[in-house]
Parts: sequence; structure tokens; C-alpha cells
Amino acid sequence: MATKVFMEALSPTMEEGRLVKWNMREGDVVKSGDVLAEVETDKAVMELVARGDGVLRKQLVTEGATAPVGSLVGVIGAAGEDLSALLGGTVAAASATAAGGAPASAPTTPSAPAPAGPIAVPIAAPAAAPASASTSKSSPLARRLARESGVDLAAMAGSGPGGRIIKRDIEAAVAGGGAQSAVSTVHRPPSTVSDFTDQPLTLIRKTIARRLAESIGPIPTFYLTAEFDMTRTAEMRASLLEQGEEYRVSFNDIILKATATALARYPEVNAHWLGDKIRFFNRVHLGMAVATDDGLIVPVIFDADRKGLRELSAESKALAGKARARKLTPEEYTGSTFSVSNLGMMQIDEFTAIINPPECGILAIGALEDKPVVINGALAVRKRLRITMSCDHRVIDGAIGARFLQDLRRMLENPLMLVF
Amino acid sequence: MANYDIIFLGGGPAGYVGAIRASQLGQTVAVIEREGLGGTCVLWGCIPAKALLESSHIANRLKHAAEFGVKVGDITLDYGVAMKRSRDVSIKNSKGVEFLFKKNKVTWIKGTGVLGAGKSVKVTTADGKSETHTATKAVVIGTGSRVRGLPQAGLELNKTTVISSDEALVLEKAPATLAIVGAGAVGCEFADVLNAFGTKVTLIEVMPRILPLEDEDASAEVARAFRKRGIDVLAATRLSGTKVGKDRVTMTVEVSGEKKELVVDMVLVATGRAANVENIGLKEAGVQLDDRGFIKVNEKLETTAKGIYAVGDVAGPPMLAHKGEREGIVVAEIIAGAHHHPINYGNIPNCTYCYPEVASIGFTEAQCKEKKLDYKVGKFPFSANGRARTSGETEGFVKVIRDAKYGEILGAHIVGPHATELIHELLVARQNEFTVEEIDLAIHAHPTLSEAIAEAVLDSMGKMIHA
Repeated sequence: MATKVFMEALSPTMEEGRLVKWNMREGDVVKSGDVLAEVETDKAVMELVARGDGVLRKQLVTEGATAPVGSLVGVIGAAGEDLSALLGGTVAAASATAAGGAPASAPTTPSAPAPAGPIAVPIAAPAAAPASASTSKSSPLARRLARESGVDLAAMAGSGPGGRIIKRDIEAAVAGGGAQSAVSTVHRPPSTVSDFTDQPLTLIRKTIARRLAESIGPIPTFYLTAEFDMTRTAEMRASLLEQGEEYRVSFNDIILKATATALARYPEVNAHWLGDKIRFFNRVHLGMAVATDDGLIVPVIFDADRKGLRELSAESKALAGKARARKLTPEEYTGSTFSVSNLGMMQIDEFTAIINPPECGILAIGALEDKPVVINGALAVRKRLRITMSCDHRVIDGAIGARFLQDLRRMLENPLMLVF
Repeated sequence: MANYDIIFLGGGPAGYVGAIRASQLGQTVAVIEREGLGGTCVLWGCIPAKALLESSHIANRLKHAAEFGVKVGDITLDYGVAMKRSRDVSIKNSKGVEFLFKKNKVTWIKGTGVLGAGKSVKVTTADGKSETHTATKAVVIGTGSRVRGLPQAGLELNKTTVISSDEALVLEKAPATLAIVGAGAVGCEFADVLNAFGTKVTLIEVMPRILPLEDEDASAEVARAFRKRGIDVLAATRLSGTKVGKDRVTMTVEVSGEKKELVVDMVLVATGRAANVENIGLKEAGVQLDDRGFIKVNEKLETTAKGIYAVGDVAGPPMLAHKGEREGIVVAEIIAGAHHHPINYGNIPNCTYCYPEVASIGFTEAQCKEKKLDYKVGKFPFSANGRARTSGETEGFVKVIRDAKYGEILGAHIVGPHATELIHELLVARQNEFTVEEIDLAIHAHPTLSEAIAEAVLDSMGKMIHA
């Protein structure tokens, strides 16, 4: 019995893969677990492994070609097994295209109307699709509750299967009217076993989201820029260094530490926008943008708020090194709850960074500079730094973002707070 | 020594179902199981017990055969034959799981596993060899639970005069007299079986009523039916002065201040099960337990150790095969990164397969009162249901508890013929938030037992037709 080889989702965000190299030739004997090919995902080069025993009968994608996740890239079967039925029915699904845009040399059968067989490696289905306004699906109980409380079903997205509006959505909408302050509390949610708290969207959140997205694009972003006085941070860094080379930390490390500490206090900022709900995280997983020869990648420092400066510094250095060497595993670059991008070393004064969805914010760190400033009426030279925060307005309101930056400023201007 | 994406420790309903789902999602999967596939459910629980209950059901039905115009000669009962048939059914089911593993390319590693460093598992195989297997993505613990005795009442399991359901399932013959301590689902089911096979059964429960987790009406109905068949039902009963002998057990039972001596051939302890958390390396792996002795998991079924998950009985109550199966499926989807729905722990059916059967979902009436919910009750007896009369099985009722204002189904309780099948109409309705009105609007076939559900629903709205 033949085993189909599919392009597998080798990273959580992978939608297609480029077949870099076949490790097995057609006719080679393969065992389950053998590495058939190397596949470049959106982030790294990974191994595609055989899921059955036999002979690699067909390579349906040429080296260098790209194939979507779930499409057929090869067939393992017994030597001499007739594969014509199998190939006739499924090649249509493997819409492989060569990297240069030329069609791949995959065999095609013109008379192939049969639908592809069930795909053994299904692509992760997207989260519940929002119900379309005209035929918004809802449970009978939800409709009764909505009628009673005057909630407009057409204006909401449900959290049930397939976006169906169910009881908890109505309850959340009703609660949103009176208990809106729950969204803007500045306290960390009560610590539970859970890593995060999902909050279905309140009506006001939903309206804000819809209106703002109509106005500006899928992620209604606004930007807050503030100039920080980093003189004390520079003094702290210098005095640490006086204690020896092992105490060397970069300004970026200190900024990461301060950001993580502030995020732990602002669940609204440390959150994911998930379409039908907002996920507030109880843990801080800080993404740090790293430029590599192949482009941008954002490795993650997990539980950054709980790590000391030394640990944070070592980890950020190690992650940046691995990123440049393309050695990051998918676990190392997924799961961030908020990100920081720093172009200070490139002498960029200030810039705006693009939010990495479903995150809701990102900090853009500019260059540290000696600047004349007025302090108590007198001119002084201070170390100054410009930070711009990009905020997803569906989650972060202006005042919240501003308060977050205020907190960050307090910490970076009084860095002893970081050890408090 | 091999690498797998996921290793399941334990091949019961949670582990084997999870393994198959994971394999469907393209994962390489191994299951470490020392006994047979299917776990307690298939080998020592659900399946063999239900096979025995079928025997007792036939025995009880035959007593009334003459009323149906079917005259049978002398009936002889042989528990040994019933037991052997139930073992055959178990083994066939276990082989069925083996077949499913082959079909789905799940590897069964026969042996006992202990968590090792990283995501490895050290296995001592059936033939005494030692090997280590490593999971690249996750290890899932599904080691289940086991019977336990009641040492605080002097009832340590000894497999001869103080037994558990494990031994009751392989008795060669029914004892002359038996006390069953604990009148939950297991206690009530064995009371039914052994009573039908001629044992004088005393069913003892410390709580105020048998089936203490069910609605009070359900407990009362089963107690009445049991007493009618000659089972001595003792609720709100305390045990003392237990003396365990070689061929008998003596104990003092105290019911409402009155003490009496009870001498029986055997005691079956059915007071609950303990999670299998020992000798699998949990502590060393950093897997913590909760204060009741179950493995602590978050809503992603992840334990306190990264990359180690737990499902089924060992991950906490309710200790039900169908709860474990769902956790197995969901954990496979979580680990494989596939889309999954959260588990609705508030809508898991409870089923007891004695006669009359008992099945329920949601809140009992007492819980509704306690929560100060504004509710209405609808109740319809099977004695007024045409189909139940035709089969002569008129014990029991359907009871539906609904929200007074919106008609939401808060709870449903069925006692009677095929209750464990009938409950699913209400289960699906409640899962999908249908109110009592939608159930009524669906035209129920006549004559069926399900009409009793439609009538109970109507009763909750004050519109019952047939009673």
C-alpha cells in the first residue's frame, strides 16, 4: 500500500515550503523516519521525514520548487506497485511552482478530475471564522438572551464552532456595557495556573475594532514617541562594567529588562488580538527583532520578566547568534507576546516598527545620543534615546499606551527600580 | 531505542484514542502499555461489566417471559459462564484496539514505562529488557487509576473475602451472600448482576442515598426497584467492628442509630479509585500533583513539566472513559498544532447501567436550588409511555430541569429502559444551547421511549399531553 508524502507544516506558521534538496532518489529504499528531503520553511531549514516504508517511487516536486502545506510532494510504495490511480487523482492538488516561476516538472495527467484523497496531514484550521453579518449563526438560547438584553447579533462575532454566537458571547457583550473598567485596569490579572486569560470581546471593543479597521487598515495602528533620559542607565551600565567583564550588559539588554518588567504590569499591552477575543498573557515572552542576511526574524525570550539582567543578556546574545546562523528551532521564534526592535546601532534617530500580529504592540528603539537639554533652567548634556511604540488600537487605547511608556520611562530614568 | 513525535504512557481510552488522533495528524506515535490495549475500560471496567449486566438483564426478563406468552422451563444460572463470556468480549475489544493501532501505524511498546530525562521514557519490556525511547514533541501520561480498599473501615483488599470490581469480574461462581460497600455506579451495577445470579446482596452507602451524585429522584427510583428485587439497600449507614475471616466477613452496620450484625461470604469494596501516579518518575520529571493526588494540568492539559501532558483518570475527575477519550483527542490536536475546541467539562453524561438504567447531564435539582437558579421541572413517567408499556419496562422517568425565563436546559435525568442511550438527545441539545422549545418543535416518532423526553419538556412548560 503506497504512502503519500505531503508537504508538512514544519513550523506553526508555515503555509508553504521550498524543497531545498532531495536526500533520497527515486528508487531508493526508505524506512519510516528516514529523512527524505530538506525543506525551507518561512523561518528555517527543516527535515521532511518518511511516514511509511517502501521505495521512494516518485518525486513530484523538483529541488528548488515551492509547494503549499498539505500538497503531495512524493510517493512511497512497493517496487512495481501500480501508482497510476493514485497519481492521477492527486497530482492536481500538488500545485507546485518552481522558485523562478517556471512550472515544476511534476508529472501531470490531463484527465484527472477525481478529487484528491483525504490529506493525512491537514493544515491547522484557522480559528473560528467570524460569522458573516447577513447570516450570523447563533444558538436558540443566545437569540433569546439577546432579544431580552437588546444585544445586536448582527454586530457580533461568535466564539462557538464556526463562529456561532453562543450564550457566553451574549453574557460578555452584556457585561461589557457595565463592567468596561475591567479592560482598563492596570493591575496584573490574578495569577492562575493558566498562562493567559481569554476575554471575549465586549461590544465597545468590537465597535472600536470595526470602526478603526475600516479607517486605517487591518491593524489600526497608532504611534507614541517619547524621548528618554538614559544618563543614569549609562552610569549604571558603566559602574557594572567596572566590576569586571562578566558584568557587561548592552543598553538593549537593559531596555529589554525594563520592557519586560513594564509588560508584566500591563496585560492590555502584553496581549494577542485573536479576532473574536483578546488574549491577555500572564507570562511575558519578549520577541527581539534580529536582522539576518535572509531578513528579519524575531526570536523569543520566554518569561523575560522573571529573568535577571545577566540571564537576559546571555540569552539575547545566544538567540541573536543562532538567528544569524539560521539555527533557530520553531519553538525559539514563536510564542512571543510583545516585541522590541532596535535600530540604534545603525544610527537611526527614531522609527516606527510594524506590529507582528497577533501581538498588539512593538517598541522601536532609536540611537542613544549625547544631546543638550534644559534641566532646571540650565543647559546640560545628557544621554537621550527616542522610543516609539506602535499600538494596535483595537486592544491598546492611547492612554494605556502612554501610561505604559511612562512606566518604562520611570524605570529607564531610574534604573535602580529594575532591582526593586 | 527510537524517536517518536509523541509517546503516550498508558494505552487506556485516553491514551489509545489520543494516539490514533495524533497519528491521523501525521505524528509518529508510540504507546507504552504493559497489559492489554484499552485499559481499565476495556479489560476491567465498562466493557466486561456491561457484558455481565446483559446476562443479569436476560435473567430478570426471563422471570416475566410467561406474561409475554413465552414459557421457558426451569432457569439455571451460571455466573462462571457469564464471566467467561464477558472476558471474551473484553479480549475481542482489546484486539480491536490492536487492529486500530496497526491501521493507524501506532507502535505498541509492551512494557512498563518510567519518565526519564528530557522527553525520554525508560521502558522495561515484558521480557525484562530495558530500553529508552524519546519523544521529540511531547510525552502524554495516561496511566489511569486502580481500585482501592477501605482500610479505614478495616476493609483492606485481600482478593478472597474482601474484593474489588477487578476480582468480581473473574469470579467463577456467584457467592451466596455479598455486601457491597459504596453505592455509586460500580456498586449499583454489581448489586444488579449478583442479585440476578442468586446472591443475597446488601448494598451499603455512607451517604444519605444510593447513587449520591445523581438527582434525588433518580436515587429513590433505583432504591425502590432494587428493594423490589430483594436487594437490601442500606443508605446513611456506618460500618464498624469489621472482622475479616478466611471465608466470611463480619461487620456491624448502623442505620439511623440502630445497630445490627452482618455476616457475609464476601465484601465488594466500590468506594472509588486511586490515580496511578506512583513509580513513573513524576517527581524527578518535575510533574506536580494536586492536593487530591491527581496530576496537576492546565487547560491545555499540560503538566507542570514542559512538554509533558496528562489525560484521563490520572489528570483528575470525572473518572470516565468518555472524558479521557476527549482529552486524548484534544491533547493530540494541541501537540500537533491543529485546531481544537475547548473541552466542555460541564456537559459530560453520567451513566449507570444497572436496571433501571440511570443517565444524567448538568445540574441536579438540589444543585439548582443551592445555586438559587430560577428553574422549572418537567417530569414524565415511563409508566405513561406507550413503547415502555409494550416492552413491560415501565419503571423510571424523564426529568428535565430548565431555566424559568429562557428555557435553557440546566439538567436532565433519566431513569429507565435504555436511559443511557436516550440521554444523548438532551446532551446534544444542551451542548448546542437548544432550549426546551426546540426539543418540543422536533417531532418525535411514535411509539418510542424518546417521546418521554418530549413529554417531560412539555411538562416543564405546563403543556404535557399524556399524563
